[in-house]
Amino acid sequence: MVEGRRPATGASPAPDAAGLGRARATGFLVPAMVLILVFLVVPAAWTIYLGVTNYRLTGLAAAHPEVVGLDNYTRALGDERFTNSLLLTLQFVLGSAVIGQAGLGFAIAFALRDRRGPLRRVVEGFVLLSWILPSSVVAFLWIALLDRDGGTLNALLGIPGTAWLLDHPMLSIIIFNTWRGTAFSMMLYAAALENVPRSHLETARLAGASTWQQLRDVVFPRIRGHVLTNLLLISLWTFNDFAPFLITAGGPEQRSEILPVYVYKVALAGGELGFGAAISFIMLLINLVIALVYLRMLGRRKEAA
Amino acid sequence: MTTTAAPAPTTEPTGERSTFAVRHLLAQIGRYTFLCAVLGFFALPLLWLATAPFDDTPTITASLPRFTLDNFRALLDNPYALSSLLNSVYLAAGTAALVVTFAALAAYALSRVRVPGRDALLYGLLLLSSIVTGTATMVPLFELAFRLNLIDSRLGVILILSGGLLPAAIFILKDFMDSTPTSYEESARVFGASPLQIMRHIVVPLVRPGLATVGVWAVANVWGNFLVPFLLLRGPDKAPAAVIMYTLYTEGGQADLRLLSTFSLLYSLPVALMFVFVSSRYGFRFHGGIKR
Amino acid sequence: MSAKPRRAAGVLAALTAVALTATACGGSDEPAGKDAKNITLTISANSIVGGKNSAGAEWIEKWVIPKFVEAQKAKGVTAKVTFVPSGVDDEQYKTKLALDLRSKGGADVIAVDGIWVGEFAQAGYLKPLSEVAGGQVDSWEGWSQIPETVQGLGSFENKRYGIPLGTDGRVLYYNKKLFAQAGLPADWQPKSWQEILDAGAKLKALPGVTPIQINAGTAMGEATSMQGALPLLVGAGGEIYKDGKWSGATQPVKDMLDFYTKVYGGGLGDPKLQQEAKGRDKSFAEFAAGKIGILGEGDYFWRSVVNPKDGIAKMADRDTTVGFAMIPAKQPGAGIRGQDFVSMSGGGVRVLNPNSKFPSQAWELLSFMHSAEGVKAELAGEKRITARSDVNKEVLAGDPMLSFITDKVLPVTAYRPPLAVYPQVSVALQEATAAAAAGKSADEAATAYQKKVEGIVGGPGNVTS
Repeated sequence: MVEGRRPATGASPAPDAAGLGRARATGFLVPAMVLILVFLVVPAAWTIYLGVTNYRLTGLAAAHPEVVGLDNYTRALGDERFTNSLLLTLQFVLGSAVIGQAGLGFAIAFALRDRRGPLRRVVEGFVLLSWILPSSVVAFLWIALLDRDGGTLNALLGIPGTAWLLDHPMLSIIIFNTWRGTAFSMMLYAAALENVPRSHLETARLAGASTWQQLRDVVFPRIRGHVLTNLLLISLWTFNDFAPFLITAGGPEQRSEILPVYVYKVALAGGELGFGAAISFIMLLINLVIALVYLRMLGRRKEAA
Repeated sequence: MTTTAAPAPTTEPTGERSTFAVRHLLAQIGRYTFLCAVLGFFALPLLWLATAPFDDTPTITASLPRFTLDNFRALLDNPYALSSLLNSVYLAAGTAALVVTFAALAAYALSRVRVPGRDALLYGLLLLSSIVTGTATMVPLFELAFRLNLIDSRLGVILILSGGLLPAAIFILKDFMDSTPTSYEESARVFGASPLQIMRHIVVPLVRPGLATVGVWAVANVWGNFLVPFLLLRGPDKAPAAVIMYTLYTEGGQADLRLLSTFSLLYSLPVALMFVFVSSRYGFRFHGGIKR
Repeated sequence: MSAKPRRAAGVLAALTAVALTATACGGSDEPAGKDAKNITLTISANSIVGGKNSAGAEWIEKWVIPKFVEAQKAKGVTAKVTFVPSGVDDEQYKTKLALDLRSKGGADVIAVDGIWVGEFAQAGYLKPLSEVAGGQVDSWEGWSQIPETVQGLGSFENKRYGIPLGTDGRVLYYNKKLFAQAGLPADWQPKSWQEILDAGAKLKALPGVTPIQINAGTAMGEATSMQGALPLLVGAGGEIYKDGKWSGATQPVKDMLDFYTKVYGGGLGDPKLQQEAKGRDKSFAEFAAGKIGILGEGDYFWRSVVNPKDGIAKMADRDTTVGFAMIPAKQPGAGIRGQDFVSMSGGGVRVLNPNSKFPSQAWELLSFMHSAEGVKAELAGEKRITARSDVNKEVLAGDPMLSFITDKVLPVTAYRPPLAVYPQVSVALQEATAAAAAGKSADEAATAYQKKVEGIVGGPGNVTS
């Protein structure tokens, strides 16, 4: 098996080259696993439990929470606002993660693949900057950019009064998140492209293959594993991303209310922690489905190849 | 290989070469146009951050500033602004150190030793980490911190944030470990090196860009996190910049643009500088790059 | 899932504690730590020096704490008082307080929004003042200075949980210059909703002027409820919560929504502005720039927005240009309690933490903060309606607007129900106004609203229609 063609968590290299042994390997695992168990698994399990109660932050239900079984779940699934929010979230993931970040990230990495020097550093620098700046800062930058009256974008385009955030809220946050997260995909694909032998691309090019054909026949088969890792992580992160709240607050009138924003409004503004926890758990299940779909699409074909 | 399936060229040899040159030229033009567009797209929103802090009356539009440093002076009068940046450094450094160390050890072990159900475990944890970052978990997190006596403790914030970041960090680092050749480790083992020594002297140097990447990623995550430090820490003496940034609004909820823009710049600089430092010192890229 | 038994144990422990404290207080009426010589107290508020409500934070740090420590010293008590500032959204501040109080932590003296008192009390986070600090509470001189209705802000089920800081009232502001241009009187006082619409129709003739701004939609949040939906609702004789039931698609709700359709459907308002995240700030700026004719707002607008000295949308000619009128009922006599005019009010409250180690001294601190001297120091020259009549008489005398509020508006005002689900009902109400502003009929919007409210408050049994 050629290295680099392996999917993210495929088979390991030669077993135990350093003579670690089961016991010591366990020792290496323990610190991380203890932290994860205490500060991740316990709160997660607790949240799942909250999801079957009517627990609230204040009021009578805070003093005497009751187990209400699956009421929260039936309520969520029957709620138009939830289904609407779910649809928006899927749009958001498809538009900003799969098409936006992964697509643009790959395109940048591909365009820069044989470049060294200042151009590459400047482009990569700006892309990475938008990734590492704090979200409260970048949210404000985007509000300033897209503002109806004083926004820089309208000033540049000479179309004052265009209310991007009101008329195209989903498009706005999709483009925002593409801007925000492309760096990760770009870096991952830049690394992946180094696994594609230059000579193979050259051969394909000389044989008259178009760029698209080169990508499909030469590049993609070699970076399938990276594509899987990338799509999996960015879809998961985007699905649970709260930053759009800082720009549109889910508005106008819930037209950009993706699930993390919905949960925030339910749990923090509405104080309904039980219901919010139930929605979080549904989100977890949807994340699971997305992960399984990716694994099937990209993991299986590798075996066939 | 599949490339042979490409359509055979039909033009005569000389024509072929010239179309080829034209196509090459067009491709180059296309590529540079694309890269310029990318540069514009990524730089445009940042413009405001570069101009507003130096403007004596900043508006929401990015424009050439009427230059002044008064905004920085005004910010210095804020009793919490600068110390909050130090608090952020403390939290970010602590979390990044924990995450990088623990994730590297765990990723190495998972990469080299077959643990049954390893992949399912990793995916499961990755999924759990996605709900624990949401608002619905705030009560369990708070109660947990309360029971462990970690309220108003920076360590509590560091531990909770680390717990949330570790699964993805292990996931990314395991990829790095998987793609490093094992032959050095085998020879080191022949010469009697212990696993920890092998880890320190052979594996770490090989995956250094990966460790740097995960470190920067962890710092960026902590640097922007508002909810966890806000809920767990008491009072502004320990509050990081993400929390203090929220206070720069007037009573009516209006942003004080002078303070906000200036603080945004100061708040952004450390992570930007750290990135420049780390990428020039250790390299900054994902797995695969090491086998060049 | 180890969470469940532990939680149950926690709840049990909390209940036992409640029971024990209740009996302890009922028995001896003597709070713990009364005679301690070394005391530590903390104050928390959503204000911070250099940020949100900076003046309030400065008052606590530079006036309250030193004076209180000095006074204690005179009694031979060494007091250490600290202030824990915050500067975040109210919802986030509330969440943190709730979590703190839930785990028996938090400051001794806490500033809250009056609307939270009921839900915090129901959750067991707060207790009546006299239960926390004993008999000295009821004999405090200040109660006689605070009108019954204002005391209601800090009360729940007829028990005092906190001392109100002050209150406010809602009016219709109008631009006298625009009114003159439109041929409307300078001393305008509409007697019915129709008269507001008529004035709007005349203002519509002026170029570039939005005749009426009545907040609508969820982007403005509670400002929509307080400045728009609720005053209109009480003006149509309805109450959002009455006799244990929430108002569904009742006639007053439909009337209120119908007014929105007339304003926004009739081209008298700017529906886009209602959707913008910073819409309320923009409405301030537009009013100050003479682009809005009539604006429904609280006295906050007069004090802090168009204030020529330090407002966020200063109007140098505020005193001559800005007029104010009471909000009329739909028709004379159609308001709640048969009123001709209506308003809504709210306000902040300071409460005691029931888990305070030094409840008696915490009360001393709290009542000191609310003494006439303390309240005047807090104002620091600013004019605002405080809870205390004696202070108001002294400081509001020169201000026509604020005297107008205390004399005319407060007697007819109404308050929101202090219950945990209110914020959600309020959001549903805001959504209904958004629908009406966007062109849905009042009936449609009201039906959708009723459905949402039924879901929020636990079924149609708790909703009137």
